[in-house]
Amino acid sequence: MAEKKTLGQEFSKGLIKENPVLRLVLGTCPTLAVSTSIENAIGMGIAATIVLICSNIVISALRKVIPNKVRIPCYIVVIAAFVTIVQLVVKAFAPSLDEALGIYLPLIVVNCIILGRAEGFANKNGVVASAVDGIGMGVGFTIALTLMAAIREFFGSGNLTLKVIGYGTTLQDVFKLGETDILTAIGLEPILIFILAPGGFFTFGLLMACANRIAESKGKPKAELKSCEDCPMAASCSLKADGKECAE
Amino acid sequence: MTITGLVAILLAAITTNNFVLSKFLGICPFLGVSKKTDTALGMSAAVIFVMVLAAAVTYPLNVLLENHDMAYLQTIVQILVIASLVQFVEIVLKKYIPALYNSLGIYLPLITTNCAVLGVVQLNVQSGYGFVASVVNALGGGLGFMVAMLMFSGVRERLEGNDYPKFWDGLPITLVAAAITACSFLGFTGLVEGIFGA
Repeated sequence: MAEKKTLGQEFSKGLIKENPVLRLVLGTCPTLAVSTSIENAIGMGIAATIVLICSNIVISALRKVIPNKVRIPCYIVVIAAFVTIVQLVVKAFAPSLDEALGIYLPLIVVNCIILGRAEGFANKNGVVASAVDGIGMGVGFTIALTLMAAIREFFGSGNLTLKVIGYGTTLQDVFKLGETDILTAIGLEPILIFILAPGGFFTFGLLMACANRIAESKGKPKAELKSCEDCPMAASCSLKADGKECAE
Repeated sequence: MTITGLVAILLAAITTNNFVLSKFLGICPFLGVSKKTDTALGMSAAVIFVMVLAAAVTYPLNVLLENHDMAYLQTIVQILVIASLVQFVEIVLKKYIPALYNSLGIYLPLITTNCAVLGVVQLNVQSGYGFVASVVNALGGGLGFMVAMLMFSGVRERLEGNDYPKFWDGLPITLVAAAITACSFLGFTGLVEGIFGA
């Protein structure tokens, strides 16, 4: 961080300006994998946000204690501990969500948003700022995930599950359609491929193009996959020590 | 587990359950390192190597944790083992097999946080695979990763220099190309069940 930001700015930058998914291109794997329904997307978003906030707080609090050379393994242990806690809580209180997210719940450990924020923010900033940064980034991740899930679910199944952890309703129930989905009701057919894997890639590309369009109109550079110097692993990467170029 | 069962696991991991194109694991290297066919090949070889090694090493540890009622520690243990394993392999290769290090070594640091490696280990636990089945699943997953990377790097080389709308340039058009590549893998649906009658 070059200039000091207010807490409000720390929070809001994660939502749009530095949205982790659409601007920083982090955490693409869970974004593609769990965005098949809004319910899963919000569940995943909440789980990742909790881990992000907790790990940001702990890492920021310990930033002067952790020796610089072994910080990445330390971060990974802290993150893995919180992921385990979240995993057990979800298993106990929302078993259907646990089933829907499957291996992607424990895979939050290797979600680069979390390690990226630990390395890029929490180890340089105070506890409060790191917590707020975690909330902002987490909410930004959830928004992007939900947006993608809404597109995929609506076109893929003709329905929207407006649910958070099992509570809420579906769009079919709102319009009292029974078993018929919205698209069939207005004389169209759901496009199944949107729910399947190719639809995930396509929708992500579509949203990325929109994000680039908006960024361009604001005079910002388009989103790119991280280059070597922004990589969260850069500090511990042996390539740097050897003076070699990154694999890309 | 019978040989047929193992072949079914291997084939399913390469085709119908392809790690990249149907399970979305390892998307970062898939999008990042697939510009050229030779780097794609090097990266995939490193991934296969680490995945098989990780599956083999974590299996006894998982059994140990389960026998002592500490299965909740699996995620932490797995990620630590994978991270130290990658470092260890890198150091050993650098010292003893410099030729292999020069071709694979540069991809190794990227693999620690690759979700395909932790993903295969988690999948093995969830599916309740034994040692051999775990290793075979990891091998299949790695080979599937390689197939997807090679196919996609071919597609991307054809994309270079084409004329597409300005805002689709870069990542968006790459993702759309990935969508079409993923479509081709939908053709494998039912293949394994068809052959082995599972």
